[in-house]
Amino acid sequence: MSERNERCWESAEFRDLLRVHANQPESLIEVLQKTQDLLGYLPRPALEAIAQALRVPLAKVYGVATFYSQFHLQPRGKHVIRVCLGTACHVRGGEKILRRLSEVLGIAPGETTPDRKFTLQRVACLGACGLSPVMMVDEVTYGRLSPQRAVELVLKYAAADEQVAES
Amino acid sequence: MKEITIEIDGRRVTVPEGVTVFEAALKLGIEIPHLCYHPSLPFLGACRLCVVEIEGARGLPASCVTPVAAGMVVRTNTERVREARRTILDLLLANHPLDCLTCEKAGECRLQHYAYEYGVASSTWQGERKRLEPDESNPFFVRDQEKCILCGRCVRMCQDVQGRHAIDYVHRGFAVRVSTPYDVSLTETSCVFCGNCVTVCPVGALTPKMSRGRGRTWEYTKVRTVCPYCGVGCNVYLHVKDGRVIGASAAEGPAHEGLLCVKGHFGYEFIHRPDRLRVPLIRQGKSFREASWEEALSLVAGRLLETRKRYGASAVAALASAKCTNEENYLLQKVFRAVLGTNNVDHCARLCHASTVVGLAAAFGSGAMTNSIREIAEAELLLVTGSNTTETHPVIGTRIIRAKRAGARLIVADPRRIALAEEADLFLQLLPGSNVALFNGLAHVIVKEKLYDAQFIAERTEGFAELVEALEPYTPEYVEGITGVPAELIVRAARMYATARRAMILYSMGITQHTSGTDNVLAIANLAMLCGHVGREGTGVNPLRGQNNVQGACDLGALPNVLPGYQRVDDAEVRRKFEECWGAPVPTQPGLTVVEMMEAAARGQLRALYIMGENPMLSDPDINHVREALEKVEFLVVQDIFMTETACLADVVLPGACFAEKDGTFTNTERRVQRVHKAVDPPGEALPDWVILCRLAQKMGYPMSYDHPREILEEIRRLTPIYGGISWERLGTDGLQWPCRDADDPGTPYLHKDRFARGKGKFHPVKYRPPAELADEEYPLLLTTGRLLYQFHTGSMSRRSQGLEAMAPEPYIEINPRTAEVLGIGDGQLVEVASRRGSITLRARLTERVARQVVFVPFHYAEAAANVLTNSALDPRAKIPELKVCAVRVRPLGANGSDGGGS
Repeated sequence: MSERNERCWESAEFRDLLRVHANQPESLIEVLQKTQDLLGYLPRPALEAIAQALRVPLAKVYGVATFYSQFHLQPRGKHVIRVCLGTACHVRGGEKILRRLSEVLGIAPGETTPDRKFTLQRVACLGACGLSPVMMVDEVTYGRLSPQRAVELVLKYAAADEQVAES
Repeated sequence: MKEITIEIDGRRVTVPEGVTVFEAALKLGIEIPHLCYHPSLPFLGACRLCVVEIEGARGLPASCVTPVAAGMVVRTNTERVREARRTILDLLLANHPLDCLTCEKAGECRLQHYAYEYGVASSTWQGERKRLEPDESNPFFVRDQEKCILCGRCVRMCQDVQGRHAIDYVHRGFAVRVSTPYDVSLTETSCVFCGNCVTVCPVGALTPKMSRGRGRTWEYTKVRTVCPYCGVGCNVYLHVKDGRVIGASAAEGPAHEGLLCVKGHFGYEFIHRPDRLRVPLIRQGKSFREASWEEALSLVAGRLLETRKRYGASAVAALASAKCTNEENYLLQKVFRAVLGTNNVDHCARLCHASTVVGLAAAFGSGAMTNSIREIAEAELLLVTGSNTTETHPVIGTRIIRAKRAGARLIVADPRRIALAEEADLFLQLLPGSNVALFNGLAHVIVKEKLYDAQFIAERTEGFAELVEALEPYTPEYVEGITGVPAELIVRAARMYATARRAMILYSMGITQHTSGTDNVLAIANLAMLCGHVGREGTGVNPLRGQNNVQGACDLGALPNVLPGYQRVDDAEVRRKFEECWGAPVPTQPGLTVVEMMEAAARGQLRALYIMGENPMLSDPDINHVREALEKVEFLVVQDIFMTETACLADVVLPGACFAEKDGTFTNTERRVQRVHKAVDPPGEALPDWVILCRLAQKMGYPMSYDHPREILEEIRRLTPIYGGISWERLGTDGLQWPCRDADDPGTPYLHKDRFARGKGKFHPVKYRPPAELADEEYPLLLTTGRLLYQFHTGSMSRRSQGLEAMAPEPYIEINPRTAEVLGIGDGQLVEVASRRGSITLRARLTERVARQVVFVPFHYAEAAANVLTNSALDPRAKIPELKVCAVRVRPLGANGSDGGGS
């Protein structure tokens, strides 16, 4: 991680965001969403800065940020893997896929790999039951998976990233 | 408002539109079961225990959030409703430990109460349970997450009533709980430990540490009394078991609406501290020996009489006490006036609001808070000046914040960026001692722009023309030059104050403790009269009194120029009335004030001094001088509850009873006389101060005895017109606000309605005069002093209460970071602060709260007493010293107090 990303809450874009919404407690959720878009997650200094700028108590900011599942207080991987465990996927082996990915990546569901490449999540339903078992990597949905196929797909993402990094 | 009639459990009730079904039921005396509802908090409708059947409604609505509608038919206790409640209790118990056997809250837990009532012994649900360690990370109370039922009372109390919002619900679903951001300790948040969350918690999730393991509700008795700290006059219950106070909780009362601050809630350990004075002590060389009351009082009586005989009555003086009861202050001045024949009676009000008493008496005819605390909520605009209200009068502070958030506008004028400044619409950061200029500047704008209330001025006041003339030079630009407040802010503040329909001024020591103290008060009174903001609800000029009974001590004549009820000693008619009752002559010449007593002592003219419950060795300006004076006094008696810095110098020390050990009355800052009740016996041989005074009088050959303070109050009532209708019986739980002239008088919430106490309100043109001491090359900074939330006055009570002391254990000086940089001072570094009168050593705290040329030191700490530095220069009329401004220099020291190398 670069120095700049380590202290991402000091970025000009984030400061501009706070300036636009200064003294607007009613914009809290919007600002949290935009902050997460900018920074990838909601680090503590960012929440503290939001509380101060919008004039919302930090307790409220933290309460809202931890209430909605869309908000993440921990850094997220470059790729987010969502393994579906809705009814159809559950019946067709979603649990096995999740377990296998967990082993290969070395992290529990909900966690992020130490190199911040992958975040593994279990979700209730992705709405693609006809393709079950299903997972999403970032915005792409993959269906009719086996544990083996899921691992191959994830490794492809890792390989592609390395190529980009070398070129 | 429209009235609506509904039927509840077969009975009809009529209530205003907008009232909830729950409240309508309460009106019928039906208490619907509830957990999240609390009368002081916004409705939430979360616990669902208050569900009822309403004909025609879908399901079972929660009555606490269902407004009444015409023709509603409600049933609160049908089998269907009871079954729903049982299910809710069953679900709550699924995640609540059944450890009532050892729970602090057993016996007053609402969940336990309803589980019993509905026969729900344990939960039918088995599953994962919350497992969380209790949070013990603050000195005052414990949060046990496992017992929390998520009713949100504590959250709403903190957010909506106290205005701190230190806690909230965090996370979601099963993991949801009430906590701080990132689960940090409350000590790292905006929490002020008022403990009002503990007050409203219906279960054992929030419990005070002080009383843990020491007894539960059926084991202790609750004694209602009045908090002994500041002047708000909050009512508390002391929990008494086996003759000891084991805890305290909030009582409902009109002044504070059941709220408390950290001191009133948790500051009671001092009562049973082992270092309480237990027996009379007589000086023997450099130490003391124990003595009997007989011996000690014989000695005191003999020496006082002897001093009077040899040197005359003017060589004897007494300091009364703003901590003692009305009855005790009355007796003290009676003994010194009637028995010893001197008017040399004063007390620490001289150091806080003497200028208020003089200034407001001159302008309005009465020197007290014109309006009531409750009316803060009625004001459209609040002007708070020279008062760090959230720390000095915390319960009033939160009321100001609530009013502001409910739509009132707030102007704060203070040399420091105090907490209220952060809430304010306008913050005027004036230089210490420039108050007259600021208020004249506001008045100037109001006159120039013709924003004044011409009708009020014409009908109710005199001296307007002279005022207008005197205000002429105080243009906003000129005032900016003196105060440092931008001219534009002065104009805006003036317009806001003048155009509000109801504007209230609240002020405190920042106004009064100046050589220009009386002028400051007069300038404020001018401003209020100019706009007609006096004599109506939600307006007025409101000095916030600092001590629990400083108002009462003034009212009861612990002042050198007036007898009880502000009746002048130089009025023969008045004297005759007292002489008839007391059977002794009342001296005609006004006596000495506090600072004058010290001067007379230093000159050798004052030879015997009797101090009841005061600690001038910390509270008075220029302590080195005070020490010289007290050492010079031939005979010094100190009657107190602890061996204070002053008592250490005494010839005789008499052990008094603290507030919890006697009956009597206190008068709070809004003139409300309230009953104080004895909860426990005094330690050892200590006696209530009124008993000591009676015995002393008898020893001096003056027959004076009472069986109970109510008899003293009865004597006060007969002699003091403003207390004329105040009797022990009438006071009840809510007390009475003076003036209360006869048995039918309901008391007076606000003064000067239709007519000022002096007839017409009088404008006094006042001129800006700089403070007695200004910064110069040698002493380049201005020192201002003040109070902290967690300490009180000279600390003899607060510093002996563990939690309070833990929160603020050390003296410090606030310095602006830019000033500190120039001086080479780092945050936390030891520094020496010196004035022309002495120096102290303490740590620097770098903060933008103070302006660059100003430093601040709290005055509670004996180890670095701010009053070593302060100036005893006096206001010429009120004789109040200039505690708020003096010139100092600050230099850095090394870690061990050695010279730090900086210049």
